[in-house]
Amino acid sequence: MSDISEDSVRHLAGLARIDLTNDEVTHLTAELSKIVDVVATVSAAATDDVPATSHPIPLTNVYRDDVVTDDVLTTEKALSGAPEHDGSRFKVSAILGEEQ
Amino acid sequence: MTDLTRHTAAELAAQLADGSTTSVAVTQAHLDRIAAVDGTIHAFLHVNPELSLAAAAASDARRAAGKPLSDLDGVPLAIKDVLVTTDMPSTSGSKILEGWMSPYDATVVTRAREAGLVPLGKTNMDEFAMGSSTEHSAYGPTRNPWDIDRIPGGSGGGSAAAVAAFEAPFALGSDTGGSIRQPAHITGTVGMKPTYGSVSRYGAIALASSLDQVGPCSRTVLDAALLHDVIGGYDRHDSTSLKDAWPSFAEAARAGAQPGSLKGLKVGVVGQYSGEAFQAGVMTRFRESLEMLAAAGAEIVDVSLPSVEYAVAAYYLILPAEASSNLAKFDSVRFGMRATLTGGGTVEQVMSATREAGFGPEVKRRIILGTYALSAGYYDAYYGSAQKVRTLIQRDFDHAFASVDVLATPTAPTTAWKLGEKLDDPLAMYAQDIATIPANLAGIPGISIPSGIAPEDGLPVGIQFLAPARHDAKLYSVAAGLEALLHAQWGGPLNSQAPDFDTSSRTQSTRGGA
Repeated sequence: MSDISEDSVRHLAGLARIDLTNDEVTHLTAELSKIVDVVATVSAAATDDVPATSHPIPLTNVYRDDVVTDDVLTTEKALSGAPEHDGSRFKVSAILGEEQ
Repeated sequence: MTDLTRHTAAELAAQLADGSTTSVAVTQAHLDRIAAVDGTIHAFLHVNPELSLAAAAASDARRAAGKPLSDLDGVPLAIKDVLVTTDMPSTSGSKILEGWMSPYDATVVTRAREAGLVPLGKTNMDEFAMGSSTEHSAYGPTRNPWDIDRIPGGSGGGSAAAVAAFEAPFALGSDTGGSIRQPAHITGTVGMKPTYGSVSRYGAIALASSLDQVGPCSRTVLDAALLHDVIGGYDRHDSTSLKDAWPSFAEAARAGAQPGSLKGLKVGVVGQYSGEAFQAGVMTRFRESLEMLAAAGAEIVDVSLPSVEYAVAAYYLILPAEASSNLAKFDSVRFGMRATLTGGGTVEQVMSATREAGFGPEVKRRIILGTYALSAGYYDAYYGSAQKVRTLIQRDFDHAFASVDVLATPTAPTTAWKLGEKLDDPLAMYAQDIATIPANLAGIPGISIPSGIAPEDGLPVGIQFLAPARHDAKLYSVAAGLEALLHAQWGGPLNSQAPDFDTSSRTQSTRGGA
């Protein structure tokens, strides 16, 4: 059995930066418990002698010369989809809350 | 006048070349078809007739000047909304990107434009490609043209349904665990997931970066191959892009369609993909296709992939883990939605509120699951073990391909189910990917083509072929070989047999359910 509780779902949602409602927490706790029980079966197949594969086709690192190419986004284009900007930079809300 | 929407892309290209039609006429015919049926099917999230017709007119001008950009110049194309476009919004099926205009084109879109293809619009999908039914789109589900009360598969249900309903001759899709192949199976169309790294992922909004691959959807194998030839090949903007020189897949498909091409082919049948999880009609059509291959001179061999039993479990650890990381970029700062909080709030509060409002339930489920799988204390047991399963599955495939040329499986366990039927049971939905997921975990190519109609419910069924990595051409030739035999039996592509659906109502089906 998995150890997923409502508290752990709230903690994970905090890490993932999603404000879940209480209803969502209840639902997700039940669903994730079932899902984790199924996915946890992988540990039965994964013995110590098996190496891990992170990438389907082995590749070594890809390098290029450290020069600006002609197809990078302009500042204007990079800002074009931002919810708020000042023409040269993204604008964000306060970084620190009042209590900090 | 013949209905231009009934022609394949290859036929349209031939008619454009000999001057018997124009790109404007072909494009207008597809736009008219979209206007007539898409209120019911909802394959498209965005169409812009003015834009499409302008591209078509430019194509006609090139043809008139004797300077077409490619054989396909002027043929219309539908584009899955996961692929970013500068002239149409790109949402990936999510509210968080509603109306977002990309400042650049995905490489596959650039290549399609450079070949003169005419973009028709952006197709519907499960939000961020998470799903097997297209019901997880934030903009409402797509309906299956074979029975509008049923799902079109997913995540690329929009691209598959657009092609199946003659709204486009072919379409671009993306396949992370079966999102091109399973909708092809469900809608009686063709879908190909290329070798990982053979088609650029640049500008494909990432779901799980070690699994994602862009590929073609169509009604015939040749059309898929033609589109693959346009979009494939090395791209320096994608660090996992392979530098291989690829053969012409269209030539492979044409050669495969010739009589005798299947002689001596060794086809491995995977023992794990049978049994009670697989619907009777799916297996009937699968076995018939194998008999056809054998009658054409292929040798059918039983093979075993013992580790695929763990594939779905490994996939639903690796995918959420990678997705939780990829989707961290939706932070309410650089693009997309930003929630408004009374009193302003900190950037962290605004981000959390934005993601709560902007993501749907399946996306939240997978992000939380991925965050769990990657957290300290669980990483080795879950994510680490899943990566080991990946090694075991690759070894299974290596072992099987040492004795056969291709593997054959039913593409998915069942035909199209009713809308809503599996929405409350994520695990039942995940189990639909059982036969398609292993190819993504191993990076190998896979193609699904129609193998017939299940007798018990009248719905289409697909057969999947898998080949070793980099042997995409082999898949096109084998699939074209079987397709030629099946088309001879059916008198044409399977979708010519699809019943007409009632476009006047969203709630009534023209045919009864199973």
